[in-house]
Amino acid sequence: MTAVAAASGRSATHDVVLEVKGLSVTLRTPRGTVRAVNNISFQAQAGQTLALLGESGCGKSMTAKAIAGLLDPVADVDGGQMILNGQDLATMNARQRRKVAGPQLGIVFQDALTALNPVYKVGTQLGEAFRIHQKLSARQARAKAIELMHRVGIPEPESRVDAYPHQFSGGMRQRILIAMAVALNPSLLIADEPTTALDVTIQAQIMALLKSLREENNLAVVLITHDLAVVAEEADTVAVMYAGNVVETGPVAEVFTNPRHPYTKGLLESVPVDAVRGSTLSSIPGNPPELHNIPSGCVYQSRCPLVQEVCRTTRPELLPVRPLTATDLPAGGSGADVRPAGVVERAAACHFSKELAHV
Amino acid sequence: MSDTQVDAARHQDRPLLEVKDVTKTFHVAKSPSGNNRLRALDGISLTLGRGETLGLVGESGCGKSTLARTLMMLERPDAGTVLFDGTDPFEMHGKELLAWRRRVQMVFQDPFASLNARMTAGEIISEPWRAHRDMYRSSKDREARVHELLHLVGMRPSDARKSPQEFSGGQRQRIGIARALALDPDVIILDEPVSALDLSVQAQVLNLLNELQDRLGVSYIFISHDLSVVRFVADRVAVMYLGRIIETGTAEQVFDSPRHPYAAALTSASPRLDRSSGGREKIILRGEIPSPLDPPSGCRFRTRCWQAQDICAEKVPPTDQAPGSPLHLSECHFPLDTIRVRSGELTPTS
Repeated sequence: MTAVAAASGRSATHDVVLEVKGLSVTLRTPRGTVRAVNNISFQAQAGQTLALLGESGCGKSMTAKAIAGLLDPVADVDGGQMILNGQDLATMNARQRRKVAGPQLGIVFQDALTALNPVYKVGTQLGEAFRIHQKLSARQARAKAIELMHRVGIPEPESRVDAYPHQFSGGMRQRILIAMAVALNPSLLIADEPTTALDVTIQAQIMALLKSLREENNLAVVLITHDLAVVAEEADTVAVMYAGNVVETGPVAEVFTNPRHPYTKGLLESVPVDAVRGSTLSSIPGNPPELHNIPSGCVYQSRCPLVQEVCRTTRPELLPVRPLTATDLPAGGSGADVRPAGVVERAAACHFSKELAHV
Repeated sequence: MSDTQVDAARHQDRPLLEVKDVTKTFHVAKSPSGNNRLRALDGISLTLGRGETLGLVGESGCGKSTLARTLMMLERPDAGTVLFDGTDPFEMHGKELLAWRRRVQMVFQDPFASLNARMTAGEIISEPWRAHRDMYRSSKDREARVHELLHLVGMRPSDARKSPQEFSGGQRQRIGIARALALDPDVIILDEPVSALDLSVQAQVLNLLNELQDRLGVSYIFISHDLSVVRFVADRVAVMYLGRIIETGTAEQVFDSPRHPYAAALTSASPRLDRSSGGREKIILRGEIPSPLDPPSGCRFRTRCWQAQDICAEKVPPTDQAPGSPLHLSECHFPLDTIRVRSGELTPTS
């Protein structure tokens, strides 16, 4: 009961719940060790949704797994901090992490059918968190499971609590996964492509559910997705990832209206929005680099329309960028302090992000 | 001579493909209500013109794939007719049938599953000619054509010797398209051709498909759940729900002024990039698609419809023409008319 009390006592502020600083993840492959996530940093705030946006292989899911402590045996965190409610997850041992997983951090996976155990009733799986963390009895846990199913909008939970995962539709399974993730009222919810496998009308239902849970519990949500439209509609801030690096970050509205990295710009232009039928859609040439073959300079150099010599020799750092308006402070000042508290600052990793602002 | 002229004229008017009242039922395990007949297609009618793209949208289980398989002659309809260029392929046999099969080809969703990993790209593209031997008789001709096809889909002749594993998803999908083009088809059925691809690559493939259509005059049936993609490629759109086409019209008609509540909900629920519409209220439907084994009586959408009345449970809604747009059809007792279709401005092609 203490967890619930603490949760309801939480005020609706945008406190930083999770701060990732310089996180790197390496992957041992038959072709040598590669860096899947390279020195990335971002913050997730209470009551807000942060989107990690990127295409397949960019490291977004690897980042989520690193935070949740669910990396495959061949992957290792190689430096960096993941500070969740003041504690660094990276320095914890397995036992300490298990204590955090559930009460402080919940995760929802893409594929609900493989994430649920087919041989246990959903009620058993939902109740597990209460039995382990709150030492409830089987009967109490079952009552809690029914309550949870009710909360995530599963009809007739009393009769369905004893059903098996295969007896539920895709949308309902996703609801069950979400219920498991929020069972112990965590402060951070990681949602890894939660609606990719679902139909459009069901996707809208699930996103609405996530939004209401976020608002009710002042949850910090990290939404991992490849879908720009989902980011535009659901997220407050976005971190755009490419080949293991965060290449641009900031409030979604600003990043999407005025992208300051050519990759973000290219992605936005690839979406057929009001594209005239039969016209040519702008596309990004080529493919992302493979992880064992990431160039030494800028990671985006091989596909970038703005590429110059400096891009091949020096990797641009993720540096603050600010809107170049008349009211702007003189260059060189810290961008962070001109923003109201709780607003994430904009940054881009491009040698020419300034030029992009004028395009 | 006049006979051939008349023939040619008729050839021009007649749609390339005409599907009328096609029904397909599968026998499956019994449902809780004791029904074992799954009606995947329940009276489907559509037409496809030459060089036209028909977008087919709908959620899983609505019958899109069964329709595609029927058009490929992989399923035989229980009732109704399929007319391809005026003749019914299901009546054909032997050589005639073989010649027909050449004219309809398919591109599949998953480029990692649809190419044989043990063949080279060149072998994959030329494999259709093993069934259609008379197309390119010498190996030299075949090789030249493979190179031509690779060039057509934006790849290099040297790629013919590589195996699928050496290519990215987008390149694999290009190989799949080249294979579909190998037999010079009139119609290509594209089953979610870009949904497995990354966004940046998706745009490349969509551009390629549009370009190929301009050049070759091939017709597409484009199946997709992504409405922004369908809008970009399709001349006309058909929205399916539980085995029926519940609305059809031009892409603008269906997406901008939907008549059927389901089409409206689908359009509204699709995430959109432009934040200008961020303030809009989404129509979030209750519940999920009912099982096609036990479809609702009357209007099949009524269990999820916010404006359902008693009549919706009793009567199957008639086909309704949008005012001023005779080819914008929907099946609803109470079609939406909040947004008026400006007649005259939109002239549907067919």
